Amino acid sequence: MTELSSAPVKPPFWNNPQVRAIIFQAVALLATVAFGLYLFENTQDNLRRLGIASGFGFLSSPAGFDIIQTLIPYSAASSYGQVFWVALLNTLLVSALGIIFATLLGFIIGVARLSKNWLIAKLALAYIETFRNVPLLLQIFFWYFAVLRAAPAPRQSLSLGDTFFLNIRGLYLPAPQFQPGFGWVLATLGVVIVIVVVLTRWARRRQMATGQPFPILSTALALLIGLPLITFWLAGSPLHWQVPELRGFNFQGGLVIIPEMASLLLALSIYTAAFIAEIVRAGIQAVSHGQTEASFSLGLNSGMTLRLIILPQALRVIIPPMTNQYLNLTKNSSLAAAIGYPDLVSSFAGTTLNQTGQAIECIAITMAVYLTISLLISFVMNWYNRRVALVER
Amino acid sequence: MAESRLPHPDLPPPASIIGPWGWMRRNLFSSPLNIALTALAAYLLWVAVPHLLNWTLFNATWSGDTRADCQANSGACWVFIRVHFEQFMYGFYPEAQRWRVNIAVLLLILGAAPLFIRTVPNPVKVKLGLSLLVVYPMVAFVLFKGGLFGLPNVETSRWGGLLLTLVIAGVGMAAALPLGVLLALGRRSKMPAIQTLCVTFIEFWRGVPLITVLFMSSVMLPLFLPEGMNFDKLLRALIGVTLFQAAYMAEVVRGGLQAIPKGQIEAAAALGLGYWKSMALIVLPQALKLVIPGIVNTFIALFKDTSLVLIIGLFDLMNTVHNATTNPDWLGFSTEGYVFAAAVYWLFCFSMSRYSQNLEKRLHTGHKR
Repeated sequence: MTELSSAPVKPPFWNNPQVRAIIFQAVALLATVAFGLYLFENTQDNLRRLGIASGFGFLSSPAGFDIIQTLIPYSAASSYGQVFWVALLNTLLVSALGIIFATLLGFIIGVARLSKNWLIAKLALAYIETFRNVPLLLQIFFWYFAVLRAAPAPRQSLSLGDTFFLNIRGLYLPAPQFQPGFGWVLATLGVVIVIVVVLTRWARRRQMATGQPFPILSTALALLIGLPLITFWLAGSPLHWQVPELRGFNFQGGLVIIPEMASLLLALSIYTAAFIAEIVRAGIQAVSHGQTEASFSLGLNSGMTLRLIILPQALRVIIPPMTNQYLNLTKNSSLAAAIGYPDLVSSFAGTTLNQTGQAIECIAITMAVYLTISLLISFVMNWYNRRVALVER
Repeated sequence: MAESRLPHPDLPPPASIIGPWGWMRRNLFSSPLNIALTALAAYLLWVAVPHLLNWTLFNATWSGDTRADCQANSGACWVFIRVHFEQFMYGFYPEAQRWRVNIAVLLLILGAAPLFIRTVPNPVKVKLGLSLLVVYPMVAFVLFKGGLFGLPNVETSRWGGLLLTLVIAGVGMAAALPLGVLLALGRRSKMPAIQTLCVTFIEFWRGVPLITVLFMSSVMLPLFLPEGMNFDKLLRALIGVTLFQAAYMAEVVRGGLQAIPKGQIEAAAALGLGYWKSMALIVLPQALKLVIPGIVNTFIALFKDTSLVLIIGLFDLMNTVHNATTNPDWLGFSTEGYVFAAAVYWLFCFSMSRYSQNLEKRLHTGHKR
């Protein structure tokens, strides 16, 4: 009678998945730390050899260069810290404007792409395929060097009704000038916004309780436009427009958009709009036609169907990739460095770095800013996503 | 005498709903709004198209060697492109050595062509594809760089034009895909340390613009390396572009991995496959197939992003064209230059996207949700 081996053979410990996982992770962590230390040591050596003092003390020393577009007071005597804020605001300005224009244009093109009108749909398709497949940098260069830098001198400016002027120095627009009474108009607007918010809540509660709808949209629009207009008229029209005028060799007065900003904004909006259009199209197509039919059969009219049935479902598909595009646009605005628009990369990671030689600090600050913006936007996006996500049983 | 009553033969459909007229009524003039839109679009085309055609074709100058030949015509001066064409293709690559580039391109076309022919059996394709991925880069590098087999050495700083754009794009794609797959697997791993490392890596590179990465690789990398060790400028750009795109690739691949039902991994484990085998043989083939559009989109983005190396002073197609437009002998032809460059980039990106759509259709085996 042969005896079967009773106890199963214990596998060697290196075949145990848990032990393996621990060893694997320990090796990965050690390798990462060792690599980091190696880089740190090298950097220390190199900095000592080159005589560069690391630290952020340079931020308070005077910059000594001018910036062509500043949203806050700045002069060549200001510090590098000031440069950072000016540059950051310029980045945020061009990104915010770009996001607004790209969204508007993208929605129009995306809806046009789905139009039943063959010509309109094909034109939208041509727009998307053209601008999506050409590098953004090339488009920026085209608008800057081939279009705006080729604009006429101030004396031969192209003008629209003698109010808007385009020349090589930029685009000149009338500047609004607020007179003393304008505060009243703003105050009215604030009050009206509060009223509209309260009214909306009341209307929703009433509809939930009694089922009676209230024409909230038209009422709100009438209030929002009407009341401030009346105040504006009562206060004696406290807003004047200062039209730019040609004096000597250049225009005086008015609002000027420098060509760097104009070309960057044009290229960013047109390029991103092509992507947004595709996102909008996919979002609308993702809501099946049965939803519309079901909504009609419940007795909702087409406006309510769009507002209550289609849009909430389409937005669930549209919002995440749309946020990604906004992020891309913000990061792409750093291409400003190539044409000299004074954004973060060009003024801070460029000029400041070259003048001070503080490569690590400048690049680290710049990257940290973009990283913060990205993480903030993805945080907001994740929060929104959770809110609109389908709650499954 | 029975009167036979035959039904009247079918009338043809009314002329207004068939033929070109019917098509136009349905697609262009179906409602007052559509009539207005069609009129607006037709007006825009009426204004723009003749201008465009006149500029690009009818009033353009095609022959000649100097800018004086372009004075007579009001349209585009394609002579500018013709004169600089070699420069746009090869950059500052020595003229006597350009045959090497041509041979490398010819080899690539000959080697890759069978991959696109459906009748070639799959095992042959796999062997060919692997050798293209492993052997071809070495052959191409020796051909481009020289220094071996009696070929004169050509410094990478002299590579330029479309050649450089394709080198950066090719190396970037070939390196970013495997790296991205590894990162995606790491991000989905159950080991917390590995997962954290991969998530940090991915989120860091995705959170910063490529231009700062290139800045970093050109000003900070020399500080990170020990004294005396220096990387070639092109290699630094390649590292930056690869790491940056690998992070994006990882997120695309992760999408595919998440779409594979858990049952597949469990089935693989039940068959006795270990982690790597179940990933390589079961999960990845399905996951990658699902995300082909995303992968190709990343490739297209990478191809367009190669133009950014202009910032750190490499002469790719974009920078070569830009440089030619600032040539004092040829000032004022920047529109022609940029239109030409745009056409080249467009051709590559558009054909990539078309090929991916084609591939997606062919590989569609019913698992797509």
